[in-house]
Amino acid sequence: MNRLETDILVIGAGAAGMGAAICAANSGVSVIVVERNPDAGGILNQCIHNGFGLHYFKKEFTGPEFAYQLYSKTKESGIQFLFNHFLLQLDLKNKTAIFASEEGIKLIACKALIYTAGARERPFGSLLIPGDRVSGIFTAGVAQRLTNIENRLPGTKALILGSGDIGLIMARRLTLEGVEVVAVCERMPYPGGLARNIDQCLKDFGIPLLLSTTVTEVRGDGRLREVITSSLDENYNIIEGTQRSWSVDTLVLSVGLVPSTTPIMDYFSIDSKSRGVIVDNCMRTDKDWIFSAGNCVIIYDLVDYVTYQGEMAGRSAVNYIKNGNNPARYPIKKGNGVGVINCSYYVENSDLELYIRVNKPKEKAKLVVRSDNTIIYEGKPSAFIPSEMVRVKIKAEKIDDSFKKSSLVTEIIDL
Amino acid sequence: MRICIIGGGIVGTLIARQLGRFDIEVMLIEKEYDAGLGVSKANSAIIHAGYDDEPGTYRARFCSKGNMLYDELARQLDIEVVRVGSHVLAFNNEQRNVLNKLYQQGLNNNIRNLRILERDEILDMEPNINPDVVASLYAPSAGITEPWQICIAATENAAANGVEFHFNEEVIDIDAQGNKIRRVITDKHEYQVDYVINAAGLYADRIANMAKDVAIPIHPRIGEYILLNKFTTADLIHSIIFPTPSKMGKGILVIPTVDKGILLGPTSSDLNYRLKDLRATSSEGLEQIVENAKKLIPGIDIKETVKTFAGCRPETSQKDFYLGASRKIYGFFNVAGMRSPGLTAAPAIAQWTCEELQKTYNLKFNLKKDYNPYRKKIFHYYNNISLEDYDKEIQRYPEAGRFVCVCNKITEKEVIEAIKRGATTLDAIKFRTRAMFGECQGGFCTHKILQILSRELGFPLEKIVYNNAKSYVVDGKVRK
Repeated sequence: MNRLETDILVIGAGAAGMGAAICAANSGVSVIVVERNPDAGGILNQCIHNGFGLHYFKKEFTGPEFAYQLYSKTKESGIQFLFNHFLLQLDLKNKTAIFASEEGIKLIACKALIYTAGARERPFGSLLIPGDRVSGIFTAGVAQRLTNIENRLPGTKALILGSGDIGLIMARRLTLEGVEVVAVCERMPYPGGLARNIDQCLKDFGIPLLLSTTVTEVRGDGRLREVITSSLDENYNIIEGTQRSWSVDTLVLSVGLVPSTTPIMDYFSIDSKSRGVIVDNCMRTDKDWIFSAGNCVIIYDLVDYVTYQGEMAGRSAVNYIKNGNNPARYPIKKGNGVGVINCSYYVENSDLELYIRVNKPKEKAKLVVRSDNTIIYEGKPSAFIPSEMVRVKIKAEKIDDSFKKSSLVTEIIDL
Repeated sequence: MRICIIGGGIVGTLIARQLGRFDIEVMLIEKEYDAGLGVSKANSAIIHAGYDDEPGTYRARFCSKGNMLYDELARQLDIEVVRVGSHVLAFNNEQRNVLNKLYQQGLNNNIRNLRILERDEILDMEPNINPDVVASLYAPSAGITEPWQICIAATENAAANGVEFHFNEEVIDIDAQGNKIRRVITDKHEYQVDYVINAAGLYADRIANMAKDVAIPIHPRIGEYILLNKFTTADLIHSIIFPTPSKMGKGILVIPTVDKGILLGPTSSDLNYRLKDLRATSSEGLEQIVENAKKLIPGIDIKETVKTFAGCRPETSQKDFYLGASRKIYGFFNVAGMRSPGLTAAPAIAQWTCEELQKTYNLKFNLKKDYNPYRKKIFHYYNNISLEDYDKEIQRYPEAGRFVCVCNKITEKEVIEAIKRGATTLDAIKFRTRAMFGECQGGFCTHKILQILSRELGFPLEKIVYNNAKSYVVDGKVRK
């Protein structure tokens, strides 16, 4: 068995992990990044479309380009990468993580750990859609992997369920490769992906987007042959008589991502509902030496945001190693209108960076952060939609101490 | 002399294993690519205690005996059988009376350690049971298993002892000229045989027709199921939870699986005989499962579903197994109508079949000298080996350190071993290793397993299927 030591151990070499590693290594500490796949970049490598990096690099890249740019930065910083390594267990007492690879078992002792494992896709089975058990039903990520990396077409005629960004991207991707995409169905009355993707992936290709519509049955013998869709009322109940049959051999699902936290759920706290790691605004978990960032915390819209949060985790981990401090933290609560929020706690005397997703569209509203009755932050009036996260930065000096008596509350106030 | 078993489900494969002990020529023909893909694949996976089988039935005769045989079977075949025990819950006095009757029937069937429990004791054992419960019939000998693993294990063991297996081969006719079994004709070959054991499950009636035997009165009864994520629901229950049975049958249950998940179901609807290939779930069925399961365990969170599926079982008009030698066709032996508790009874029926064949046809089977009753399962590394030993193992087999399925932590070594043992499809890998069986349902590993199958078998990716010939995965290349 092989034993290694490092100041900071990062698990996962996606955007969050590389962001964390770069930030940490630039502060002069030693960093090892462990990745279960053969290369860095995570799911970016199969996202061959453009639109990445507009915030972080101020340039537009494809997914693999974004990954390459980040990976190049790590090369300047002396970060050690271990690819094809799989996490077996954590030893919290000895601050050691144990990995398997084809070289054998490796024990890596560290001073701080950063967990950046990304997310997984919700599977078809979780949707409780009745019908035959057939092949030809793919999550969008699997369809994307097959098309872009394995050089294989998932089928010849497809319907897409879910208008999340990857569903929209796959609608275009499959169309470009000669697969007929008959429609994208979305159960909500508004689209789940970014507005620019609705335009560039559906409208430009004449692919219909059917809102308040879902798949209510799949049929076939061995392979998918027919998908039945139905319209939904405002309570998401099926409207009888709206059934529509689509003869397709492929169903692609873009029905949401779930943070990948199962491997660590026994070691540090995760949110039982969202399954994301619970962190404060310094990306610290409930263990003082463990940090986490990226889609294993909450599901972000943009890889740029993921990278920023990775950097925050890297900075905080270095700060912990160098100063060993464990400052007090206070809960941040979700008020009216807030669906998803990163983070769950605020560390006193720190700058606060919030990522908020509203729970339903608002035509005109404003975001407010307050403690009891003291307003700490008030955004400009604007429209909000769940598919586009709001990013808010508040300087430490703007946050007075009143929240210590209660908590910080974020809410969306209708205007 | 040659015996031909038709059907590679739980009874077919266990009979094959049983006959494999003897110095006789035995073959098994199965139309699917793998063992256990019919009735045996999708059921409640319960080893029943045997209290609910009325005296005088084949069910009563073979269920409790089969239950007892499972310990030895598990040891010899290295399969998982966990005696988790079962509770039949009563929520009122009327239901309590039913429990008392079942208890008495259980005593008559020689079921050991049955007890009627009162509310407090039940809730001490299973705190998540609906607190309105008043009593339960507790049967500690009830257990759970993975039926497809038994079929696979029995196949491997029987093959190692010389039984010949023909998968992906369908019987299309049986020559029974002069009311005597002579030949079995498949879509690929013809075989001269002396005896046919009809273990064709839902299709046993079709096989009986081919042999010109009297009609077997079976029809399909479909049951739908919901499987919950083992990582988030495992602690909900530890034993099998039944409602009080009614005229409609055993009802909808909450069942722990040996993989630590929770299974809900089954529904129960009789289908026309023409619908025996139906494996579809329905919105009514799934709703019914949720509603009824929550009456037993209110804390069930249906959002934790990872999969829904349906299975058909062969139901007979007598609500009993259809067993024994045909009186019309010499050499034709039925092991059909394997309704519930067919899984539990199967090992006992396999033993009985072996004895009955000798008695009926005046045969004497001699034990093979080199018969080996043991089979080892594919070794699963994760959490089953010390780190030191694991390290040594990886030095010998680097593929033991390459992880394929990230949810269930399955290595490439395990997948390759499954292929060496005969797996050629994605489901065959899944049922042998549990890869693709976890919370992401193959999202992260299907492409890897496709590649490994393609490499090891020398098939192009396009030729790889989920389970049957029509269930192809990918449809050609994007670029040449």
